[in-house]
Amino acid sequence: MIPGPFAYYRPSSVAEAVGLLVRLGDEARPLAGGHSLIPMMKLRMATPEHLVDLAGVAGLKEIRDNGATITIGATVTQAELINSELLLRRLPILRETALQVADPQIRSKGTLGGNVANGDPGNDMPALMHCLNATYLLEGPAGSRLVPARDYYQGAYFTALGQGELLTGVSIPVPPLGHGYAYEKLKRKIGDYATAAAAVVLTLVDGRVATASIALTNVAATPLFAEAAGAIVLGSTLDAATVKRAAAAAKAITDPATDGRGTAEYRREMTGVMVSRALMKAAARARIGG
Amino acid sequence: MAEIEKLAVSLVINGKKIQRFVEPRTLLIHFLREDIGLTGAHIGCETGHCGACTVEIDGQSVKCCTMFAIQANGSSVNTVEGLANADGTLHALQEGFRQMHGLQCGYCTPGMLMRAKVLLSETPDPTEEEIRYGISGNLCRCTGYQNIVKSIQHAAATLNGRTLQDAAE
Repeated sequence: MIPGPFAYYRPSSVAEAVGLLVRLGDEARPLAGGHSLIPMMKLRMATPEHLVDLAGVAGLKEIRDNGATITIGATVTQAELINSELLLRRLPILRETALQVADPQIRSKGTLGGNVANGDPGNDMPALMHCLNATYLLEGPAGSRLVPARDYYQGAYFTALGQGELLTGVSIPVPPLGHGYAYEKLKRKIGDYATAAAAVVLTLVDGRVATASIALTNVAATPLFAEAAGAIVLGSTLDAATVKRAAAAAKAITDPATDGRGTAEYRREMTGVMVSRALMKAAARARIGG
Repeated sequence: MAEIEKLAVSLVINGKKIQRFVEPRTLLIHFLREDIGLTGAHIGCETGHCGACTVEIDGQSVKCCTMFAIQANGSSVNTVEGLANADGTLHALQEGFRQMHGLQCGYCTPGMLMRAKVLLSETPDPTEEEIRYGISGNLCRCTGYQNIVKSIQHAAATLNGRTLQDAAE
């Protein structure tokens, strides 16, 4: 399995990278960790004529604390997310999710930007970005623009990313200290995509849910923001009846495919189980102060 | 499309500076095996699943079937050929695999060793669970993993100045 031939470019700035993508047109692709693109190239399902390697682009490796938000550069790897003391302290759900992405070797190379940018419905980070209400930073020929994660995904591998545009980072509003969180992922084995997975971030005030956000991985052509399910738990103590209603609301918006991971019915059912588990784990963590 | 120009790649492999010209599409595993003649890293699944091609790049474990050689430009790469001690004696991991029967057919072994090397540098005294999680990107179709785990425990014990009170299955 040998990829098709391509010309290789190694820009040193975002402007230079965008300039290359614009000039080289449709047949050019950015290369970050390469762990989605290179397997596709080996299968000749992707045959780009030009690869623009982002490894030398300055400024894309940074995890920056802006107070109310944290911005993470596109080429920060999953391993770097896991090892970040800042994220462990302020956004621990990123570490919890990254630890469930692929395997240790792949996390050495795979990047956050690559995981969120390409629109693969199996990827874990897009649903997490929905849950956290993150914003993607896009740089293109007409300048920069901000696109909420919840507006970015249009279908499997179809996104808001325009011709010549590059996703350079994500900006994440930091939930309050002591928030509860969980990423619950059912998978057949380590390294597999989710059969179903759910991300939950919530806050409790006097034992009752004050805010809640729920999102789902790999149970539709795009990640899903389970807005109605989140609204159901507001004000509750997460009693069994309420959790069951929230899980049912989450299941109702799914449209999973029947594949090697199970039938559509099974994957929908497991979505409910993952939402219930994530809600209970997040609540338990919020009760002990995150 | 027009003929693609070869590019200069300069890197350090097992402590030795190497410079070659490569086609951009040359995968690092093919570069190591065919251009440099280091056939220790194996080609197993070619899809990034099995881990037989695992090498150490700048202190991290990487599946080098899913990386272009040109991406390693400027990097330091260690393969299983560079694992033994300078005096020719076996590295603690190699000795562990020998003592605890950590291999049968041996195909996965170079990847297991190189993954375990980085695992022990990051987690010098791992629990059994940490070892199993740490090698979760490496498949073995012979051993059932039990003796591989013990081999890594043997090496960790040696490197920490202890003797492992256990025997191969």
